[in-house]
Amino acid sequence: MTGYYVPGDSLLHRLPAGAKLLGLAVLCTLLLLFPSPLAPVVAVVLVASLYVVSGVGFTAAWAQIRPIRWFAVALFAMQWAFVDLLGAATSTARVVIAVALAGLVTLTTRTTAMMAFLERCLAPARFVGLDPFRLSLLLSLTVRSVPVVAGLATRVREAQRARGVEWSVRAFAVPLVVSALRHADALGEALSARGLDD
Amino acid sequence: MSPPGRRFPTGDVARVSVFAALIAVLGLPGALNVFGNAVPITLQTFGVMLAGAILGTWRAALAVAVLLVLVAAGLPLLAGGRGGLGVFAGPSVGFLIGWLPGAAVIGWIVERGGRNPGIVRLLIACVAGGVGVIYLFGIPLQAAVTGLTLGKAAVLSAVFLPGDVAKAVLASLVARGTQRAYPDAVPSVHRERIRAAGGR
Repeated sequence: MTGYYVPGDSLLHRLPAGAKLLGLAVLCTLLLLFPSPLAPVVAVVLVASLYVVSGVGFTAAWAQIRPIRWFAVALFAMQWAFVDLLGAATSTARVVIAVALAGLVTLTTRTTAMMAFLERCLAPARFVGLDPFRLSLLLSLTVRSVPVVAGLATRVREAQRARGVEWSVRAFAVPLVVSALRHADALGEALSARGLDD
Repeated sequence: MSPPGRRFPTGDVARVSVFAALIAVLGLPGALNVFGNAVPITLQTFGVMLAGAILGTWRAALAVAVLLVLVAAGLPLLAGGRGGLGVFAGPSVGFLIGWLPGAAVIGWIVERGGRNPGIVRLLIACVAGGVGVIYLFGIPLQAAVTGLTLGKAAVLSAVFLPGDVAKAVLASLVARGTQRAYPDAVPSVHRERIRAAGGR
């Protein structure tokens, strides 16, 4: 699991994660506040030049926008049918620009840096009993659990194939959830055995 | 050191992270093939419903929150390998944010069912929380992001309604099966056990 980070040494790569997130929030808000059709044009130029500055390359940029391409087409068609061509172009462009801009932050920020920043933002969670240590344990344990649970899923699917009940969702999900719970409870016991319960 | 009133047992840390991972795994391509390989269905909302029915209100909401934080940090944990901040700027942001209250509502309804929540209660919980609440957040936010009216955004989302209702039915059946095979998967039973063990 590598995330989307594209290594580089541009100005955007060197900015701290918090600054980039703030910039993203400001730009997206501005985009919503100025409904004039000129705003998306300015924004497209701005976002395109930011992508050039970052030097992440076209493939990485397209990978960020690709997931919403069909939605953008549907939105454009619907707006064109109900409003007009200009309105359709403006609002579709706004969505695509916001996604592209957010994608740029993801492309130029290391996952670890972003996670550290989000962890700091979540610090108030200590008021419900989640001290910073537990919070980072929770996040890193989840990252570690993804391949483990994926392994459990593979095992259950193989067992299912052996039993000849490949088509049953229930025969897949019940054993998967039960084995995930067993794993979680064993993990919890192992953690408390190592004194993590104070 | 921890504030009075609420403590977070380590066993729950493990359950919450494993369920957050389970939701992620259910979105992996090929994690579950329905009807051989003909219909590629992502089952992440199904995972969210299961988290609600099995973890209970707060832990389920936390599991979803953990997953969303990791997604925001840039890990490709959503269906189809999506991730990063782009999904939070996109039109489906409300359906993601809605997972959080959705899972919590499911947990709340199931917890009211005591030690042995029946299939009807599980079904109502999954439909109300997993479809109702999620759409309640999804549609208005989609309208806000795209500039469509609420009605048109609802029409655009209606395509997914049959699939989501089917997932809710499936989730309640699977939750029921799991809770019969592993009684500790009932939120109330689990809480009693933690309490009896002096976990809080």
